[in-house]
Amino acid sequence: MSVSFDLTIDDIYEEFEELVDWDERCDYLIDLGFDLPELPEAAKVDEHKVHGCQSNVWLVSEITPSDPPVVEFVANSDAMIVNGLIAVLMALYSGKTPREIIEVDPKVVFAKLGLERQLSPLRRNGLYSMVDRVRKLAVEAEASK
Amino acid sequence: MTKKLLDIEAIRRDFPILRKPLPKGLPLTYLDSGSSAQKPQCVIDKEREVYENFYANAYRGVYRFGAIVDEELEATRERIRKLINAASVDEVVFTAGTTMSLNMVASGWGRRHVKPGDEILINEMEHHANFVPWQQLAAATGATLRFIPLTDDGRLDMSRLSEVLTEKTKLLAVTGMSNVLGTINPIGELAARAHDVGAFIVIDGAQSVPHGTTDVATPGIDFLAFSSHKLYGPSGVGVLYGRKELLDETDPLLFGGHMIDRVYKDHSTWAGPPAKFEAGTIQIAQAIALGSAIDYVNAIGFDAIHAHEQQLMQHAHKRLSEIPGMRIYGPGPEHRGAIISFTIDGTHPEDLAQLLDRRGVFVRHGHHCTMPLHDLLGVSATVRTSFGVYNSQADVDALLDAIQFAREKLRVA
Ligand SMILES: Cc1ncc(COP(=O)(O)O)c(C=O)c1O
Repeated sequence: MSVSFDLTIDDIYEEFEELVDWDERCDYLIDLGFDLPELPEAAKVDEHKVHGCQSNVWLVSEITPSDPPVVEFVANSDAMIVNGLIAVLMALYSGKTPREIIEVDPKVVFAKLGLERQLSPLRRNGLYSMVDRVRKLAVEAEASK
Repeated sequence: MTKKLLDIEAIRRDFPILRKPLPKGLPLTYLDSGSSAQKPQCVIDKEREVYENFYANAYRGVYRFGAIVDEELEATRERIRKLINAASVDEVVFTAGTTMSLNMVASGWGRRHVKPGDEILINEMEHHANFVPWQQLAAATGATLRFIPLTDDGRLDMSRLSEVLTEKTKLLAVTGMSNVLGTINPIGELAARAHDVGAFIVIDGAQSVPHGTTDVATPGIDFLAFSSHKLYGPSGVGVLYGRKELLDETDPLLFGGHMIDRVYKDHSTWAGPPAKFEAGTIQIAQAIALGSAIDYVNAIGFDAIHAHEQQLMQHAHKRLSEIPGMRIYGPGPEHRGAIISFTIDGTHPEDLAQLLDRRGVFVRHGHHCTMPLHDLLGVSATVRTSFGVYNSQADVDALLDAIQFAREKLRVA
């Protein structure tokens, strides 16, 4: 797949620190959303759909044949704020080993970013649907080692 | 836009929630009354009055408070009877809302009377509450679900009604007003045509009852369902109207206290309607306060409410239409009530709704419980604005400003 996505979760923490309120952070998420690597239209099919989101979300992932193997994924939504959240997830998880992915507690990360508080329950469910998808992949990869 | 129909400022003062600014001092622009309407002070006060002054269970005690509660509930029932012009209060059943009322008809009447080979006629603009119960009824009875075709602009295609409304039709279920397209359906004509072929007609009045006069007698409506919470009343209460002869032949859905005539060890007999359909303890304070909501709208007058909301919708429709990339779903203003659903090319409804919220403009997005309609429209979601008696031109201005803000953020302006 080889996507170029350099943003780290620390970059996002840093940026969030500088922004004064949720509105500005929301704008920043939208900006991240616009910069998200794009999935080809052909990948936006049912088999890649993440259920539990209000908008359409497609997620394509792979375990690289490298040593150690890492999980790479790209997801796209038709909603731009969701694309911003996807950028956060990619910064958090993409390019990490399955073990690293399993060890991250997403609740802590989202709480630190204020997402736990700011997102509506519906949105939060959608976000966790994506998280579950990535973690499931990591767990399966760990198990098949 | 010169004639002032209602004193909107005075009306707005009746709704305490509208006077409270949002964080950052933003005024509230509430454009989601189609989901649920805000409550005037008199409704809030009435509910509190029940709890503070005479609360007790309903239809149980002869002591003072029990008697007051019963009287108040029956006074509300009478107000509902008058509101919809029913022949008798026995035709007015308190339910939990439109959804429950429609399920009561589909199960209680439908399973008894609908037979294999019968047809149930609905259409694709229906809310899931007036869709899924009929789908289930058809599956349970071996009846066939049929659909009145829609025109390209989202109205019932009356020129093709006779293709689907036939001697086989047992029942026609239709909304008074679409909760997405705003389409106002010709209920009188539909009732007459249904009765011509011996079919019964069920009206989903959730959206139509709050916006204009309702009369079950003149076109001869068989069943009507609506919710208190969209009519400025408390949540948790609704109404099922059914013609007396039909309610007599409808089985109850819930069994238990109050709905019985006599319980023996091996069988039971039922009370007459409406008690037969009001098993258990109903929403006492809420049902009583629905009476105050009805008094409130009556004092303003449905003609004035309708005229005001139509004028506002026409104005909003015109202004929204001028926005680049705007797609409004449903018919022109002449065939719709105070609901406008739209999408804007290059934006997602979820983003729009969230950005509008940042400007204090509350709208709903999604499929609005009408997935088959959204399939037909070819979109998975829309943004819906819906207007109530308290909305004003200033709300439309705020909506337009907020849309401009959202378009800039989403880089389509
Ligand atoms: C047309 C229509 N029918 C039925 C319903 C369901 O009403 P309730 O949720 O009050 O049962 C709604 C509410 O959204 C509606 O708009």
